[in-house]
This record gives sequence, C-alpha cells and structure tokens, in this order.
Amino acid sequence: MLLDGLCLLFPRAKKGSWFHFVSLPAVGRDVEKELCMLRSLKWKFVLYAAISLFAILLLLPTLTSELPQWWTKIFPSEKIHLGLDLQGGMHLILEVESEKAVESYVERIKNNLKDDLKDRGIPAGKVEREKKDQIILEVSGEKGKWEKLLSERYSIMQELSSSEIGGGIWRIGLVLDSKQADHIKKNAIDQALETIRNRIDQFGVSEPEITLQGTDRILIQLPGIKDPHRAINLIGRTALLEFKLVDEEGDIEAALKGNIPEGDIILYQRSVDPKTGGVKKIPYLLKEKTLMTGEVLKDARVSLDSQFHEPYVALEFDDIGAKLFEQITGANVKKRLAIILDNNVYSAPVIQERIAGGRAQITGRFDTKEAGDLAIVLRAGALPAPVKIIEERTVGPSLGQDSIQKGMISTLISAVLVVFFMIFYYRVSGIIADVALILNIVLTLATLAIFRATLTLPGIAGLVLSVGMAVDANILIHERIKEELRWGKTPRAAIDQGYHRAFVTIIDSNLTTLIAGVLLYQFGTGPVRGFAVTVCIGILANIFTAVYITRWIFDFITLKLGVKRLSI
Amino acid sequence: MELIRPDTRFDFVGKRKITIWISAAVILISLGSIFLRGGLRYGVDFAGGILLQIKFSKTVDISEVRNALEAIGSKDAMVQRFGGENEFLIRVKKTSGDLEEMSKTIQTSLQGQFKDKSLEIRRAEVVGPKVGKDLKRKALWAVGLSFLGILIYVAFRFHEFAYGFGGIVALFHDIIVTYGAISIFNLEYSLSLLAVILTIIGFSINDTIVIFDRVRENIKKMRKEDLETIFNVSINETLGRTILTSGTVMTVVLILFFFGGAVIHDFTTALIVGLITGTYSTVYVASPVVLFWERNVSRTKKRNR
Repeated sequence: MLLDGLCLLFPRAKKGSWFHFVSLPAVGRDVEKELCMLRSLKWKFVLYAAISLFAILLLLPTLTSELPQWWTKIFPSEKIHLGLDLQGGMHLILEVESEKAVESYVERIKNNLKDDLKDRGIPAGKVEREKKDQIILEVSGEKGKWEKLLSERYSIMQELSSSEIGGGIWRIGLVLDSKQADHIKKNAIDQALETIRNRIDQFGVSEPEITLQGTDRILIQLPGIKDPHRAINLIGRTALLEFKLVDEEGDIEAALKGNIPEGDIILYQRSVDPKTGGVKKIPYLLKEKTLMTGEVLKDARVSLDSQFHEPYVALEFDDIGAKLFEQITGANVKKRLAIILDNNVYSAPVIQERIAGGRAQITGRFDTKEAGDLAIVLRAGALPAPVKIIEERTVGPSLGQDSIQKGMISTLISAVLVVFFMIFYYRVSGIIADVALILNIVLTLATLAIFRATLTLPGIAGLVLSVGMAVDANILIHERIKEELRWGKTPRAAIDQGYHRAFVTIIDSNLTTLIAGVLLYQFGTGPVRGFAVTVCIGILANIFTAVYITRWIFDFITLKLGVKRLSI
Repeated sequence: MELIRPDTRFDFVGKRKITIWISAAVILISLGSIFLRGGLRYGVDFAGGILLQIKFSKTVDISEVRNALEAIGSKDAMVQRFGGENEFLIRVKKTSGDLEEMSKTIQTSLQGQFKDKSLEIRRAEVVGPKVGKDLKRKALWAVGLSFLGILIYVAFRFHEFAYGFGGIVALFHDIIVTYGAISIFNLEYSLSLLAVILTIIGFSINDTIVIFDRVRENIKKMRKEDLETIFNVSINETLGRTILTSGTVMTVVLILFFFGGAVIHDFTTALIVGLITGTYSTVYVASPVVLFWERNVSRTKKRNR
C-alpha cells in the first residue's frame, strides 16, 4: 500500500532529487520495478480518471444550459466567463477628476469665509480662490479680529503669506492642508465608486463589474448592454443638483456683453426642439451663491403631469432639506428659483408662496426614459467630482457572436485535422496522443471555469499556443520512442527511455514558457493578462496530459495487455 | 512512418556564414521599413482615438460613408472596408478634445443619415491618449521581465550563459522580423498583434530549447566531437519533430487565416511570419550565437577544440 503510493508519487525518483533522473543513464528493468509499476497502474488510473471526470463535470454547465436542477445543487455550475470582446458589452475606464473635489471644497470654504467676515464686521476687500487649493483675501481693521477668526474656524487652511499692502489693508494667502487635500481626493474617489455602483444597480445590468483601477480610475464592465449611450449618460453624469436665485435686478443684456454684476453668474437653459433637433439656449443671470444642493434629497421619482401627460421628476427632500426649502421659499416669495443640474438650468419657476412639506419637481421636455434616468442619478446622488471617460470599448452582441462562431468553426476544422494527422502518422500511438490533446483542452477550459477566469480573444491566442505546445510534447515523445526503437530497444525500454529523455525537454520548454507567462500575468494588464492566464493553465494541463496520461496508456498496453510491438 | 530518414546529415550550422547575412538583411529590411514609415502604424489601442465598426443591411458604397462623415466635419476620419459585404471600419486618430462626445456625434449622425439602410454599430472604441501610453509602457515592462526570466532559467538549466543568451538573441531576431512584417504589410499594431508577439515568444523559445536540450544530451555522448558537429547532429536528430510540430501549428494558423474572419486576419498574418522566423532562428540564430560564444568568449573552449 505504502509502496503503491510511493510508486505513484515518485515513479522515477528512487534515488535523490527531482532533477536527478536527468543525469541518470537508462535504468535497467528489474522485477521489483515491474511489480511496482503494475500496482501503481491501478492507482494512477483511479487518480487520472477522477481528475478527467471532474474536469468534464466542471465543463458541462458551459456546454449545455439544460442541466437538471439537482445537478446544479451538487456540482459547481460556473460557466466559462466570456470577455466582453466575445460576449458583447461595454468596457469603460473613467478617471475621477479628484482635483475638482478639492477645488469645490476650497470654494465652499471661501464662501463661508466671506459670510463669516461679514458677520463679524471685518471689512474685507477681495476674497478669492486661487489655483485649486488657495484663497487670497484682503482685510483691514483690527488685526486680532481676523486672526482669531482664521485660527478658530479655518485652521484647515494654512497661512502661506501675510503682508500689509498699505492703507491698513492686509493681504493674506491661505492654502489647504495637503493631508486634508489628499483625504478629500481619496474620499471623492471612493464616493464616486459607490455612487456609480448605485446608479448601475438601479439601471439593471446583469453581472456588472465595477472596480477601482490604480488610484483614480474606475473600471466598469457591462456585459450585454443594449444602449451604450444611455449607459454612458447615466454613469458619466455628475448630477450636481443646485438651487439658485435668479438675479431679478441685474441687467442680462449687459451681463452677456461681459459686464456681469458682482456675485452673479450666467447659466443657460438648453431646450431641444423635438421636431427640428435644433438647440435653443436661454441665458439666465443667477446669484452665484447656491442655496441648496441635491445632498438633501430623500427620493426622486418619475411622475406624469396630469394635464399634458408629460413626465417630470418629483423630488422629495429629507427633514433638513424640507426645512431649508421652506426657509428659502418663504424668504423669496415672488422671486424666481432656478433648478440647475450640472450647470444647466432646467427651470426657473416663480415662488408663489412658502412651500412646506419638502417637495419640488424638475420639469423639462423629457421622454419617459430620460426622466427615469434622471431620477436614478438623483437618487444615487451626485458624483463628488466630475469623471472623464478615458477608454470606451463597446462590442455589439452580433460581433461577439460572429467572433465566437468563426473561432468555433476554425477551431473545429483544425482540431479534426490535427487529430487525423496524428492517427495517420503515428497509428495507434496517435490515438493516445489525441486523447491527451483533447483532455488538455478540457482541463484548461475546466480550470478557467472553476477559477472564474475570463476567456478573451487574446486568451484564445494563448489557448492556440498551449495546444501547439501540447502537440509538440506528444511529437517529442513519439519521435523519441521511435528513435529508441530504431536503436534496437524493446518496446518497454523504448517507452521508458523515450519518456525519460523527452520529459526533460518538455519540462524545460514548458517551464520556460510558464515563467514567461507568470511574469506576463504579474506585470501585464488587460489583454496581456488574458493571454497569460490561458497559457499558464494550458501548460500545466499539458505537462499532466502529455506526460502522465499518455505514459499511463503506454504502460497499460505494454504491461497489462502485453502488447509486444508498438504501432507508432 | 518516417518523415526524415535517421541518417540524414544536413550541414545546418556550416551554412551560418551565409545565413548570418540573410538574417542581417532581413533585420535590416525590417528595421528599415519601420524607420522609413516613421514607426509602426499604431491602432487606436495604443495611439488613442476612435474606432467604429459599422454594418449595413443593404448595399452601401464606401464613398457614401465618407461623404456622410465629411458632412459632419469629421475630416480626420478614415474609412475602410472590413470583412463582410457592407461592413466598414471608421478610425479617427485624435488625441485631444472630447473624444467620447465626438464618437457619439458620429454615431448618431450616421444613424440619422443611413436610416433606411439599417445601420448597426458593431464595435465602438474610444481610447484616451494617456491610456494608450500606459498600455504601451506596461506591455513593454511585462515582455522585458519575461525575457529576463527566460534568460535566467535557461542559463541555469544549461549551466551556461551562452545558451540563455543565444535563446534571447533568437527571440529578439523573431520579434524584430515580426514587427518588420507588421510594418511591411502595413498592419495596424493593436492589442491583438501584441498577443501575436507574445505567442511567437512562446513558440520560438520552445523550439530553441528542444534543440538545445538535444545538444546538451549529445555533448555527454559525443565527447570527442567538436561543438559544431554536435549542433549539426542534434538539429538533424530533431528535424523530424521540428517539421512535424511547425507543420501542424502552421496548418492550424493557416486554417485560422482562411476561416477565422476579418477580425483575426491581421493576427494570423503576423503569426505566420512569426512561426517561420521562430523555426528558422533556432537553427540559424540561436545555435550560431552559442557556437560563437563558446569559441570566442567562454572559458570552456578547450573542450570544443
């Protein structure tokens, strides 16, 4: 029993190390060895058959989708995961412009500072943001007063410079603490990831993959998506909802000519004529200060206008938002409140009365789909910073299908050709080689399935390479056995020697390629990895099938069946 | 069956004085072509830009697509017939501006203009310039490190730096020639062609090692012979295997070439060249390099005299 096990595990390494046999001369056949081999044959059969059966079991879910229910309960039901290039779908890489999050954070600080200076009666000239993380302010009056304000409430900003520019006016430069800035950036990225995940979840895509890549990139894979533009719109939109007052006193004509009143901005309402497709832009002169943002939203849903049957998005604020909205509307009756999304004015209705209850609506010329998507992005929340799409790859379902079909046809033709060639050239031994080749492919695919690795087009190239190497391994062994036979060895000795010698070569060439494959996987990206995975798995399967499985068959027919002449 | 008779004795390495010039010429032509064309023609994957693959259900002439693109002011767009009957590739090589927006504009306006021809957008790729650069850099690193791994392993297994070095020189030869072919056939260097290069590295080193292995074995057997004879004997002894393996793999690749469809046409073209040079380089590049090294550089010269 123990001997069996040893024979099985170390068929040749009776003396010394793993590499030892490489330098050993031909081992003579002795009775003890023969016995050992015969016994281990049985054990090897059990092991090899179990592995092969298991591999076939793993592959079944990929080959057919009509497995009975009890089956999927007992056995793994993982299918081979096809890459988007084969399956169709959309692959996106977004870059989060996290610097913008820092910028808007500093912008908010600046606005607060402006208010605080006013509240405390500190005379201030300009208070402006410079670059992305600096604030320049000019103040006068009692020095202690503003120094106290800055150190008490704005310790997050570090003083860069401070100098008197004359007339009792001090110019102070502040910069955001760099650790804080990093923290904001990281937060922005995490939050963007979360928000996008939410949006895609609500959009309803099966098996989406959303992961962080590197420090500031988000990789999104959406298999089988039908309307890529809609998805991009949904994912890439910042969805910053803002409420701002219209400056009723300001002169819009003068502002458009460049004479914008202090503290105002111009934003546009874009309306698309559904008939001509022309875009009309209506300018609005707005107070720059944002009264409220989408942060206080509790819910957003699509509703239908009872009068015109046009869809609109109904907003519901949370408690804080409701109170705030009540205050804002109460204080600005008869003024216009603009609802702005990503710097586009959607509407600017006149506030008729104080609005309690925390409800508002966004109207515009939406169709139901647009309104639905808008509701999704509002519910999922705004992105803390804009995202930029730096890579998009969309493969339509028909193209993926085409690729698979053509790949299948050419694979089948070449498989049949190789199989027949091996039989034609090596006769019965060719059949042994064919068994190994087919098992190799089965094992490789089964391993892909169980490890949930993705099969891509470059992956198929890797498969071609590993099958090529499997053919080579079989040819190496067969040619070597033939050579040994030619030198007058008996079939047993020829098989022994042939495997002996060919094994070294096969190990060397396969290990070299395996090393290259592992390094490619480790240091490569996307497609390079897809290639490396199938190569590595294929090579491991190859060593097993080409060397061990075929050896067992040869041993079986010569030892057990007593075949005295090899058909090779 | 015997493909190669056992007593075959071609003088392979003896021809190295001639083949070295062939190799040099091919490498010169390859580098020359790459140089004259101002580098490889990088695809959207590496250069950044937009790629659209569109298909109509009815007959459309290529000029109609061109006109339609010109009408929306996409002057940098290149249109090319691709694969099937009414299938086209549109490429825009642009690295600045909002590519995503541009891709969308092209798609919607084409769909508008060819409403009655039921246009299908089969593939749309938009790659920012930064991404392409990253891909290039990372792929280069991965390949470089795998070369180093191969060099170390082979040198270790053969106890001789020369063999690892010979293998790597052969790899460089194969890669340069394949890139040369990519340039001469004016193929677009994309990610799938990078996969070809990786495949060729695999095949080439495999082929080289099989013969080196036989050399290592024969050195022990034929202690009296010089290394050149040993190389010749080894190459001849493995000739049957070389022809069978290369032949089988080549057949498979040829089948892929003819039946695999347009998507992998460039892929298989480059692979065919790579297979030929990979087999050639083992005999005429890797082996001569080892011979040269052992004779002129290595300290173990005495054995080979």
